Amino acid sequence: MDVILFLVFAIIAVVCAINVVVQTHPISSAISLIGVMGSLAVLYLLLGAEFIAAAQVIVYAGAVMVLFIFVIMLLNAGEETRHGRSIMVQLLGVPLLIGLLGLLAYFVQRLFPRSDSVHFGGFTGGTALAIGRALFTTYLLQFEVTSILILIAIVGAIVLARKELD
Amino acid sequence: MTGVPISWFLTLSAVLFALGVAGFVFRRNIITVFMSIELMLNAVNLSFITFSYQLKQVDGHIFTFVVMVVAAAEAAVGLAIILTIFKNRATLNIDQIDSMKN
Repeated sequence: MDVILFLVFAIIAVVCAINVVVQTHPISSAISLIGVMGSLAVLYLLLGAEFIAAAQVIVYAGAVMVLFIFVIMLLNAGEETRHGRSIMVQLLGVPLLIGLLGLLAYFVQRLFPRSDSVHFGGFTGGTALAIGRALFTTYLLQFEVTSILILIAIVGAIVLARKELD
Repeated sequence: MTGVPISWFLTLSAVLFALGVAGFVFRRNIITVFMSIELMLNAVNLSFITFSYQLKQVDGHIFTFVVMVVAAAEAAVGLAIILTIFKNRATLNIDQIDSMKN
């Protein structure tokens, strides 16, 4: 059951990720990226990270991608213009990329032999309670620093995108 | 009951990261390049969560949380920069945005 769940959503994630790279229109890439993020949220649930899965859907697939799609529509971004690439690149690019991915998969499998296997419910420490406890005790300083970072980002975005007042 | 090997998750993470790098290098639209960066961040998050499962500790989740915060801040500022570039140059092609090259 876990294996089927993993395979289905891993394949969806990889297909959507390939789609992000090969689509020429940015809005298609954005929709595919939402597919990647949604299937990753399911895999997080499988790994027992329920809080992070919820945050993934709300923050990434919700807020960040809405921002992306909003900017794409605001700028009226059209299809990417294809310019001449040499015949060598067109012929060798995709097989070399597939070779690289295969090599990568092979080495990861070599590095981590079947030491441990994931099954649903094997780790229950990812609840909002556990994460909140760690966030407000051990990692309190980092939490405060991220809030400052968000504040700086908000001010920076407003300063960059505002209309110049004469 | 047989579960999913840890290495499968790490392989998926590596594959997604490599696809993100490919998008970052090959694409010419600045927004798509930016989305490839988000894809890479997501891939790294997956390996954080996987190691957190293997070590049975919650620290990886905290790292993922921080990465998400940084990604949200980066998206806000980056898209504001893209808006400013488009206002000044009326293009999204990164080959034409090369004023700092020389």
